[in-house]
Amino acid sequence: MIAYLLKRLAAAVPVALAVSLICFLLVQLAPGDPLSVVLPSDATQEQIDATKARYGLDRPLVVQYALWLGNVLQGDLGTSIATGRPVGAEIANALGYSLSLAALAAGMAVVLGVGLGMVAGYSAGGWLDKLASAIAISGVSVPHYWLGIVLVVVFSAELNWLPAMGAASGDPGLTDRLRHMILPAIALAAMPMGIITRSVRALVAETLGREFVSALVARGLGQGAVFVHVAKNVAPTALAVLGVQIGYLMAGSILVETVFAWPGTGSLLNQAILQRDLPLLQGTILVLAMIFVGLNLIVDIVQPLFDPRISRT
Amino acid sequence: MTATLTQDAPIERSTGYWAGVWSRLRKDPVSLACMAVLAVIVGACVLAPWLTSHDPAVGSVILRLKPVGTQGHILGTDELGRDMLTRLLYGGRTSLVMGAVPVALALLIGGSLGMVAGFVGGRVNTAIMRSVDVVFAFPSILLAVAIAGAMGAGIVNALLALTIVLIPPLVRVTEAATTQVRRLDYVEAARASGAGAFTILRVHVMGNVLGPVLVYAASQLSVAIIMAAGLSFIGLGAKPPTPEWGLMLNTLRGAIYSQPLLAALPGVFIFAVSLSFNLLSDGLRQAMELR
Repeated sequence: MIAYLLKRLAAAVPVALAVSLICFLLVQLAPGDPLSVVLPSDATQEQIDATKARYGLDRPLVVQYALWLGNVLQGDLGTSIATGRPVGAEIANALGYSLSLAALAAGMAVVLGVGLGMVAGYSAGGWLDKLASAIAISGVSVPHYWLGIVLVVVFSAELNWLPAMGAASGDPGLTDRLRHMILPAIALAAMPMGIITRSVRALVAETLGREFVSALVARGLGQGAVFVHVAKNVAPTALAVLGVQIGYLMAGSILVETVFAWPGTGSLLNQAILQRDLPLLQGTILVLAMIFVGLNLIVDIVQPLFDPRISRT
Repeated sequence: MTATLTQDAPIERSTGYWAGVWSRLRKDPVSLACMAVLAVIVGACVLAPWLTSHDPAVGSVILRLKPVGTQGHILGTDELGRDMLTRLLYGGRTSLVMGAVPVALALLIGGSLGMVAGFVGGRVNTAIMRSVDVVFAFPSILLAVAIAGAMGAGIVNALLALTIVLIPPLVRVTEAATTQVRRLDYVEAARASGAGAFTILRVHVMGNVLGPVLVYAASQLSVAIIMAAGLSFIGLGAKPPTPEWGLMLNTLRGAIYSQPLLAALPGVFIFAVSLSFNLLSDGLRQAMELR
């Protein structure tokens, strides 16, 4: 188990490095000279050279990457061009909002997805299966930003039950915050809910068709006891799907946060795109991608708890 | 004689297979309905200039945000007084191209890479599959936003970003299918009878890999259309005044309270197209009797 843990951790390091390299190269993709933002258009060659040296832009790309990575590891993600504030602080501010929204949405997606998937898998071919599968494929196919708009139209504009925008209105407090979170969380949960339902349904239907289940039933085990065995066999694969989907959910919040003006990392990205604030874009992408890498690592570590065979390979 | 045998036999058998798939697909009412929906939407978008007399770029100040059902504007007018139906049809051209082109490119590039990786194996496989793994370390929409965001708004940049994001999953699917086929006896037999690597790939591997890869590509069309419109929605991708479903959703957000139906209309089309491709992918999988 310890050896397996160390192996997973060691495997995550090159992935994290590759992610950081891509984030670093992202800025190189940008058209135009990065210095044009800080220098006047009639700058002399000496001024240009001096500025280049100050930002380390006169060095080879490899050295620039090493310097940048060193700064990142010390928590320095650079300075936002638009606000002049450290990118790290901007992200720290927004991350809490995004994580809480993602947590609520992930909760909805997992509970509904696993529940619907179980029901559909157990009643494969029946009308309950058809209903659950229809809900699932609608969830997978719906553009979540549009679902957000439709939710606002129905529950804010028409029924006036829930707020349409932002994270807080007049009276701050937990209920107020939750009321602001419900609609964006539903919009965010739709797609992962659909994918989880479809995966769990396929896994359950497949497991139920295997011989050991018939053997358990033949031995006289009750519905509940058989279910425990089925759940155990479904869990490892289901877990991998959950991990990936929660990561996708965090990334998908870019669009949903735009719809609901939710002050999280998605709004930060949106702001970075509109103002062409490349350090902010780069930093936010890096942090979100690293969270995704971390999530995958957690899945890798938790999986063998359900299926010891994984740690032995 | 040998030439006619080796060339004719597999071709006959493969048409037989696809005919079987088609006859099963034809009996599935859901797949048929999806094909009909897609045919109507795609057809209407292609024929847009002949179906409507309005100009998608020209509006009227006095006809702003007219509701659905207005005389002369069946689906109303947008925030600049332009005919909604016209904008939706022309917008569909942009949105469908922005979704379909990256999938086609990814199918070509990812499919070839995956076949080579699966067929050659060894170090080539490791090199291709490990580089693809790096992209999987990002959630796809995040990477698409990152690339398009760094390069700046524009349809071509969005196409490029989406293609990069869509290649890796297609490499994986093709590689898995190719690796399975490669070990089968009839491929060995073809090799033993002296067929070159390219011939084996084209005749024996391609035919068996195409099925699962096409099923997957159909579901990716749904993902690509949602993502492409999503990029335009947040200001990457298509720029005004180009009609595009995602961009229209964004510019109509101001009308959510006054004309809610109008504001939601472009999304209905994205949803319909994306749902149809997903259901069709499911139908194809069943018709091909894949797992």
